[in-house]
Amino acid sequence: MAALSEEVLLVVKRVRQRKQDGTLYLMAERIAWGPEGKDRFTVSHLYADIRCQKISPDGKAKIQLQLVLHTGESTTFHFANESSSLKDRDATKELLQQLLPKFKKKANKELEEKNRMLQEDPVLFQLYKDLVVSQVISAEEFWANRLNMSSVDHAVSNNRQEVGISAAFLADIRPQTDGCNGLRYNLTADIIESIFRTYPAVKQKYNENVPENLTEKEFWTRFFQSHYFHRDRISTGTQDIFSECAKQDEKGLKCMVVQGVKNPMVDLLSLEDKTLDEGYGSSTAQSTSSSKQSLKENSNSAIIKRFNHHSSMVLAAGLRKVDSVNDQASETSSTDGNSRDSDFFQPPIKKVKLQEAIEYDDLQKDCRPRMVALNLKKSDRYSHGPIPLQSQHYSTTQDIINSINFIQHEMASYKPCLTQVMSSSAASSAIAALSPGGILMLTGVQQTINQLVPNDVQGELKHLYSAAGELLRHFWSCFPVNTPFLEEKVVKMKSNLERFQVTKLRPFQEKIQRQYLSSNLTGHLEEMLQAAYNKFHAWQTRRMMKKT
Amino acid sequence: MKLNIEGLLVYFPYDYIYPEQYSYMLELKRTLDAKGHGVLEMPSGTGKTISLLSLIVAYQRAYPLEVTKLIYCSRTVPEIEKVVEELRKLMEFYAKETGEKNNFLALALSSRKNLCIHPEVSSLRFGKEVDGKCHSLTASYIRAQRHSNPGVNVCRFYEEFDAVGRQVPIASGIYNLDDLKDYGRKKGWCPYYLARYSILHANIIVYSYHYLLDPKIADLVSKELAKKSVVVFDEAHNIDNVCIDSMSVNITRRTLDRSQANMETLQNTIHKIKETDAAKLKEEYRRLVEGLKEANIARETDVYLSNPVLPDEILQEAVPGSIRTAEHFLGFMKRFLEYLKARLRIHHVVQESAPQFLKDIFEKVCIDRKPLRFCSERLRSLLRTLEIADIADFSAITLISNFATLVSTYSKGFTIIIEPFEDKTPTIANPVLHFSCMDPSIAIKPVFERFQSVVITSGTLSPLEIYPRILDFRPVTVASFTMTLARTCLCPLIVARGNDQVAMSSKFETREDFAVVRNYGNLLLELSAIVPDGIVAFFTSYVYMENIVASWYEQGILENIQRNKLIFIETPDAAETSMALEKYQEACENGRGAILLSVARGKVSEGIDFVHHFGRAVIMFGVPYVYTQSRILKARLEYLRDQFQIRENDFLTFDAMRHAAQCVGRAIRGKTDYGIMIFADKRYARADKRGKLPRWIQEHISDGSLNLTIDETVQLSKHFLRQMAQPFRREDQLGLSLLTLEQLQSEEMLKKIAQIAQQA
Repeated sequence: MAALSEEVLLVVKRVRQRKQDGTLYLMAERIAWGPEGKDRFTVSHLYADIRCQKISPDGKAKIQLQLVLHTGESTTFHFANESSSLKDRDATKELLQQLLPKFKKKANKELEEKNRMLQEDPVLFQLYKDLVVSQVISAEEFWANRLNMSSVDHAVSNNRQEVGISAAFLADIRPQTDGCNGLRYNLTADIIESIFRTYPAVKQKYNENVPENLTEKEFWTRFFQSHYFHRDRISTGTQDIFSECAKQDEKGLKCMVVQGVKNPMVDLLSLEDKTLDEGYGSSTAQSTSSSKQSLKENSNSAIIKRFNHHSSMVLAAGLRKVDSVNDQASETSSTDGNSRDSDFFQPPIKKVKLQEAIEYDDLQKDCRPRMVALNLKKSDRYSHGPIPLQSQHYSTTQDIINSINFIQHEMASYKPCLTQVMSSSAASSAIAALSPGGILMLTGVQQTINQLVPNDVQGELKHLYSAAGELLRHFWSCFPVNTPFLEEKVVKMKSNLERFQVTKLRPFQEKIQRQYLSSNLTGHLEEMLQAAYNKFHAWQTRRMMKKT
Repeated sequence: MKLNIEGLLVYFPYDYIYPEQYSYMLELKRTLDAKGHGVLEMPSGTGKTISLLSLIVAYQRAYPLEVTKLIYCSRTVPEIEKVVEELRKLMEFYAKETGEKNNFLALALSSRKNLCIHPEVSSLRFGKEVDGKCHSLTASYIRAQRHSNPGVNVCRFYEEFDAVGRQVPIASGIYNLDDLKDYGRKKGWCPYYLARYSILHANIIVYSYHYLLDPKIADLVSKELAKKSVVVFDEAHNIDNVCIDSMSVNITRRTLDRSQANMETLQNTIHKIKETDAAKLKEEYRRLVEGLKEANIARETDVYLSNPVLPDEILQEAVPGSIRTAEHFLGFMKRFLEYLKARLRIHHVVQESAPQFLKDIFEKVCIDRKPLRFCSERLRSLLRTLEIADIADFSAITLISNFATLVSTYSKGFTIIIEPFEDKTPTIANPVLHFSCMDPSIAIKPVFERFQSVVITSGTLSPLEIYPRILDFRPVTVASFTMTLARTCLCPLIVARGNDQVAMSSKFETREDFAVVRNYGNLLLELSAIVPDGIVAFFTSYVYMENIVASWYEQGILENIQRNKLIFIETPDAAETSMALEKYQEACENGRGAILLSVARGKVSEGIDFVHHFGRAVIMFGVPYVYTQSRILKARLEYLRDQFQIRENDFLTFDAMRHAAQCVGRAIRGKTDYGIMIFADKRYARADKRGKLPRWIQEHISDGSLNLTIDETVQLSKHFLRQMAQPFRREDQLGLSLLTLEQLQSEEMLKKIAQIAQQA
């Protein structure tokens, strides 16, 4: 067998694939199938590659199981053992059901993430092609500080969108009578998920008891029998494993109540300014009678409590994800809420609510500009705006007009002083410097580069710049070099830079020369590289000195 | 903009104005000019508060000698803070327009719980605890003790305020509760006492009703407020109940037991003092012989707001000899207490009037009417003399003495009901003596008499003529304003039948009817499917809601509703309800949508607004009649009939309708808002019910929306919502329900505005 070292979790004999009999193996990391009589696998899929499994409906003659891969391919297995085909299939299915989610989460998330980033950002994609595909740096290096950097600003959009919870999910579990004095509850994975998310206490119980003490089926049976599910019934005994859940819920509810509300406008406790003293007032306090409620009233108020709790849990389950992100941002501003000792921080939220309450937006002139937060998806577009960046300082029109006037005025009253003229050679060099292409007009020339250089060269140059920039970013981010890891990295980066110069920059320069374009184009790039080299050498010599 | 209201220059801090705001200001000015009282109804959300403030502040500036102070009373703490913020806005506008800083002082006053900055005291949860703790740190004798024994704890904020705070008045400006606290922290002064002291010279005070209407507090806080003040009661639709509550007394066995304990403490203290400091008691005796001359002079010279617990007659006399010494008084109280105890040992309900009670007490224990009347004053004097710090501890005996004074002073307007047990639990003996006030005018009378103008205003005061009657005053202006609308943004519907044609009603005979409960459920279910965001439903009582929720649960209706929206339900516990309320708002905010089941007359219906998406539909299940079997209510109805010629049914309907209007009115807060108002009871269709709704709701109920089935309701609602979802721009409103200054000045518009106010 090819994989003797692997742990085999399940072996199913007499499984057909493409009309060939064979054996199906479920191993720790992959599922494999080999035809009868041969000792190699013709089919082998890593669990991580499998997107989902499908099974044939119960009534069908052929009992099959289909695996759909992420690539879109699928493989179908036909369970052909007459006596136990159904059992075999279900065993396989169950096992896969447990295995697949584990791998799915781990493996694909990162890959998907990277894939998505590359697809969304063409610049990044090009960079990736330039650097990784051409093997200037390895893929790990490329992603090393990409991923965590991007995970910050993409955090919100990256989150897999949580599916909300229907408030009526418990109602969706319609019990059906099965004809012989029993009830059938249909549970789907979604419902179970909803139950777990809404009632963490149940999930905890589940983790505690399944599969050690109870099978999954038993667990849910007990759940539906429990007084916890049928809250209107009065608790019968304590042997019910869910009675603890109920207590926990109660505690949670109490905790929420004690915490109070953040919005002072809905805080009924502080609504009343002055309560009447005890003994005054036309209606006596109801409290004396409420302690002796009848059983029915008691169960009624239990229902009411339950609904409040259920709704707030559903709401909380939906919000939990968002909260965890928002909280970091708003931690300082609003979370302190109403707690009395943090009195000093209370006003802001209160003030805002008060302002909201007294505002009449239709009476006001809408003079307030609508503020929209700047959200840059494609930062390159923003920073490369339509106007070329110029380094000279800005002068107003008035300045320019003034200076022109001044020069005109000067010229009008210009009287050549022929005894103090320049030598002719100095004059001609000055003229050369001032004419296009001269030293003093360099900035002016660069503007026209768009016209001088063909588009494809321009594009290539752009890619080179971004690639070089990326590499240099890696390089400079190593400084100050204070860990062995960084040392290693800086050396590696330097060699990367050199490799880049050789494999990318040089060919480009040659190409330009062939096309008789000014080699000045890459001058700046080389300067940047040179600066990096200089830094590197300086660092290296210093290190040597230290060592010796 | 600057307005010209019949010759008065009014700064209005907005660029546009609603026509009804202008009209409201006109009426208000006429009230102030006439130095009389007014009743003004204007839909909430049409900027009532800012109109009021703008006009009165302008009036104060124009005629500083005519109106010296504005006392603005509101109901809840958020309400109070809102008013102050609007005032701040107005003042900022003044400063901007006139370019000078005006020297207005305006402040909010609230209980110690909301103002205390003492680190230990303010961390207590309940108002009563805070008050008690504060007393024990600031009482005069505790502070006196500190002189001899520096170890005694006092409040440093109060000490600081007492030392220097009174010398320099607080700088002019607008002080909300938080501002006062900040100011107090900065200066190291107690904000509560600072505020209480500063209201005497403030131009505007904003506080809650109780500071004027509850004689116990009014006597402490508002006694010295200037006569030339304008008093505004905002959200005043419940003012009669506030008045009645502040004058009613309930005595249970527990009260009596605690009074007994109080008496013993007093007895011991007197003994002790007698041994150590007999002179003090003698001094008190002397004071009592001289009588309450001071108070009398003060009242005659009109310095003080009179206290209804302190009747005129006793001011002219000295305290009767029989209770002048401390021991005699204690003995007297003991007898009174024993008598009350005996009265509580009964097995059947007794109802009697005050004179009957007095006659009985004279026959049984020979207590005369006269000394009874001095009880309250005498006890207060005693507590002062004995230097009792924690007045809160003596609340029981104070209650008894107040009762003694009230019962002997007012022969009319009160009734005594002694119930041996509660109606629900006839087997458990829990005797209560209700001494309940029937006549709200008793508590509010001093306010009307003392202050130059009292304005009662609210979104729902219909029918207007009833308030002057039950509060016993003669207003100079009574007006109801409609809401001018460019689009009909409210949609009142009266649902009378289910789809099965069974009439829907919360009538006692049918309320438990299976079909009615189911139809109510279906109505909510259908609406939950078509109304976006929030729906608020009100039930007539908590018990009724509980039963309905239980049977909806059994029928699976709630499950189906949950498919559309989350469900939150009001509970008797305020903290729990607050949480549910916040979650409800959260659910509306994030687009999930929610339903809030609530109770008319409950805390939610009285204090919480459901603006915009927080309430796109309000459903009133049934007519929220008060529980009519209560004996106190019956007595009150009788009194109303005899004294004011108001028929029982009229009053009950009036009371039910004002609460229904309050509930449904919660959804509309402004002209850009919109909402469906569903009255789910066939009785609403009757003219006598419908006619008692506020005019601004009534005029949108067409004959076509009187007797609808659920299906028809859903159709109409769908149509309405679709219309409302269209963009609504300022241009649509301008000239109709929103005016610029130029439009306001046109002749034609002024004519139209004159029609907005309907004089009752």
